[in-house]
Amino acid sequence: MTTGPVIVEARGVTKTFTTPDGRALPVLDDVSFSLHEGEIVALLGKSGSGKSTLLRCIAGLIAPSAGTVAYRGNPLNGANPGVAMVFQSFALLPWLTVQQNVELAMQAREVPEDARRVKALRAIDLIGLDGFESAYPKELSGGMRQRVGFARALSVEPDALLMDEPFSALDVLTAANLRGELTRLWEGKEFPVKAVLIVTHNIEEAVQLADRILVLSSNPGRILAELPVPLPRPRDRQTPGFEQLVDTVYGILTGREEEAVRAAAEVSGDGAAATPADVPLPEVSAGGLSGLLEILAARGGQDGLAELADELSFEIDDLLPLVDAAVLLGLARVHNAQLEITDVGREFARADIDTSKKSFGELIAERAPLIKAILRALRATEDGTLR
Amino acid sequence: MRLFLADLGGDRLFGMFPSRGVWRRPGLQPVDLLVFAALLALLFGLLRLAPALNAPFLPKTAPPTVSTDPANLPYYAVRSLFRMFIGLILSVLFTFVYATAAARLPRAEKVLIPLLDILQSVPVLGFLTVTVTAFINLFPGSELGLEFASIFAIFTSMAWNMTFAFYHSLISQPRDLDESARIMRLTKWQRFWKVDVPSGMIPLVWNGMMSFGGAWFFLAASESISVLNHTYALPGMGSYVAAAVGQGSLSHVGIAIGVMMVMVIAVNFMFWRPVVAWAERFRTEESASAERPRSMVLDLLRRSSVPDLVARPARPAGRLLDRVTRPFGLAEHPLQRPALRARTGDVFFFGAVSTVVIYGAWRALDYLHVHLGLGAFGHVFVLGAATFARVVVLLIVASVVWVPIGVWIGMNPRVSRLAQPVVQVLASFPANFVFPIAAAFFVAAGISLNIGGILLMALGAQWYILFNVIAGASAIPSDLREAMSLMGVRGRARWTKFILPAIFPAYVTGGITAAGGAWNASIVAEVVTYGHHHLTATGLGAYIAQAARVGDFPEVLIGVAVMSVYVVGLNRLVWRRLYRLAETRYAL
Repeated sequence: MTTGPVIVEARGVTKTFTTPDGRALPVLDDVSFSLHEGEIVALLGKSGSGKSTLLRCIAGLIAPSAGTVAYRGNPLNGANPGVAMVFQSFALLPWLTVQQNVELAMQAREVPEDARRVKALRAIDLIGLDGFESAYPKELSGGMRQRVGFARALSVEPDALLMDEPFSALDVLTAANLRGELTRLWEGKEFPVKAVLIVTHNIEEAVQLADRILVLSSNPGRILAELPVPLPRPRDRQTPGFEQLVDTVYGILTGREEEAVRAAAEVSGDGAAATPADVPLPEVSAGGLSGLLEILAARGGQDGLAELADELSFEIDDLLPLVDAAVLLGLARVHNAQLEITDVGREFARADIDTSKKSFGELIAERAPLIKAILRALRATEDGTLR
Repeated sequence: MRLFLADLGGDRLFGMFPSRGVWRRPGLQPVDLLVFAALLALLFGLLRLAPALNAPFLPKTAPPTVSTDPANLPYYAVRSLFRMFIGLILSVLFTFVYATAAARLPRAEKVLIPLLDILQSVPVLGFLTVTVTAFINLFPGSELGLEFASIFAIFTSMAWNMTFAFYHSLISQPRDLDESARIMRLTKWQRFWKVDVPSGMIPLVWNGMMSFGGAWFFLAASESISVLNHTYALPGMGSYVAAAVGQGSLSHVGIAIGVMMVMVIAVNFMFWRPVVAWAERFRTEESASAERPRSMVLDLLRRSSVPDLVARPARPAGRLLDRVTRPFGLAEHPLQRPALRARTGDVFFFGAVSTVVIYGAWRALDYLHVHLGLGAFGHVFVLGAATFARVVVLLIVASVVWVPIGVWIGMNPRVSRLAQPVVQVLASFPANFVFPIAAAFFVAAGISLNIGGILLMALGAQWYILFNVIAGASAIPSDLREAMSLMGVRGRARWTKFILPAIFPAYVTGGITAAGGAWNASIVAEVVTYGHHHLTATGLGAYIAQAARVGDFPEVLIGVAVMSVYVVGLNRLVWRRLYRLAETRYAL
């Protein structure tokens, strides 16, 4: 695949936020990549991978703590002049009609009024909203609102189109429909945009749309892997190449966490405890965890992550924290994008409420560094209380 | 001009606006005639008023009172109304400038917001004398000075609240709206009118309506005022009542109260209801309202083509402004600023501000020291304690009386639909109109104003508690109420475990407003004149009122300063804590 000239380049982008109590919270760590003309790039990562932060650095909406972002060679010091953005929440102005919303971006760029009108109508037509020019966003369905978002972004004919999880607020069918149309437009060469950068936590979406997938790690975000997607469009989810790529991404995303847990376990075996910061508690509910184990047990104790996600219509932000928690507690293990229940897990899934509560308590006290640290500190005090 | 022609051409070519409206409504309709007539009447009224505003006025010979002939009442009503709307317009302009500066300039914010907080707590009525003197000197020989002083009093009673509301909406703008505005590279002007004003419109309108209601009180107090042993009167409802009271004619006061009542209701019906209903279009879908406000007047206007005819010539002006304001730049701030320059700027800015503040405070203290001696502060603080005691008693009694009634009204949808507008009118009715009647009663019954003053202060302030409790009670989710009833939670437990916690946030809001209103009202409530009876209470309000009458500026300054200290202190120590508790524990 040939790549065109560079549109946006991020070099060594690091972003650290400060928590309310003054601690530094690294979100992005030394991320470098460039977006070329003629390609669609997907930024994929779990929650906490800083993918939206990276997108906002590239859009020039926030400043990186270190590193630079340049548009066509010029470092940014304000909103990126060559991009338009599609938001997860659509970000339409509810007091303007569809056409006024689309025209606003052009009005800002001093497009003369008659040209503005022509272009807006063309963009609205292109995205399949003709007839709804004078409707207000609140009168439209979610999918149609996002179409307005697309029309607004496309009407200014930006060099690069940035998309921040554009389909994740939509239902599955509407999302699939819009994704398909986006692919069709991109292939059709009518598309007034030279490159697309999409942030997503949906692996299949990334594989379906992108020419290149950048997989980000979590806490802080680093580029874990860069995967080219050589499949021809339109891409069929059922083809072996597609499925294999999805599994590869699952492998990358779960593999690293496995390593971290293993490393933590090894260290604690030596007597020196892993710090709670190394292995944070996954954000899941105990109920969700036992639900996952029950499903896994019912499916013979083993299933592919992609199949599980598909079955439950989970995106990776829903599934992977559960998987992390199960692995952390030793209830399941991951191998080659396959999730397998352990004996402990099987017992846990079968137990009644009181037993499972008890074994959950034992497991988490033993295997989660944070809980372990808290318990140790509590036992060390005289009256068993901490302030 | 050429540009405009091109724009019009665009209109005709693509026919988006206003095509639909035009072909659906080919001719003039009765609605149009009605709206057009209303417009004409409004214009005529303004033209008729204009010369009167600049009436010759000589401070020494100006009449201290106006005629009490009821035939003059319509004219007075229009004059008063005119003042109120000028005050409203000025408040909106002030709000736009001040709130935008505070929200967009980080350095200015650190000064402007605390300042606004203090301004909100300063008793406006205490300063009336100072402003009247200043404005009379600004416009020598014309009634405009008095007119401006009255408008200024109205302005100060409306502006702070509205500014806070708009500022709050600016800083709590949804992040994605801000981001999309920046990515679209809107200019500062475009961003203000397309994003900032619409997204702040609902809080602005609601606060404007509430503040407008509160401002009637200040209108009544500011139209007839004694400065330097001389009473000035502006033609208006407030001065009419003052004149009627001076003659001891309760029947004339009664007529004025009736006219005032009609005026409050008419302004609500003709202006605020339509504006509130219109502002609904600026509601973002996340914040759905339970019941859409509707207005007959707005429906009428929407069906008429007159607004469109009036708005059309304004459009080219809008385009021109859009172009002219472009050099002010984009609504964007640089991502990186040289740290050293920013630091130097901070040091310089805050250094300059502190210098001015410290110098001003020192001069003020020096002035007071020379004229009164700083020992006066002790005495004034004791007087403040007396007024404070009145405020506390008022809040307790008003709560005991109005909380149960408010809960009853709020929990019965049918009752609250009837009661809400009544309470609204009561809340905006200027309580000082009723003072003479109450004073007559006190004289007859031999009640001291030390006790009676509480009642006078309560006449205006209590409604805020009732109003908010009704709102709070009607917002309790019905499934919660059903659950409580099914579980048999009754009597005492129902109040302490369910109703009182549920309305607590609303009650706190009402309490803050009521307390603030009571402090302000003390200036007119602790000294009351009826005919030849002069009733006086011991308290800070009376101290300020008397100092103002004889033009003793040092005493006014001390009085106002001490009252501000009380109000700010109580807000910080009591109300803010209650507010936080309400937000964290009792928010439904």
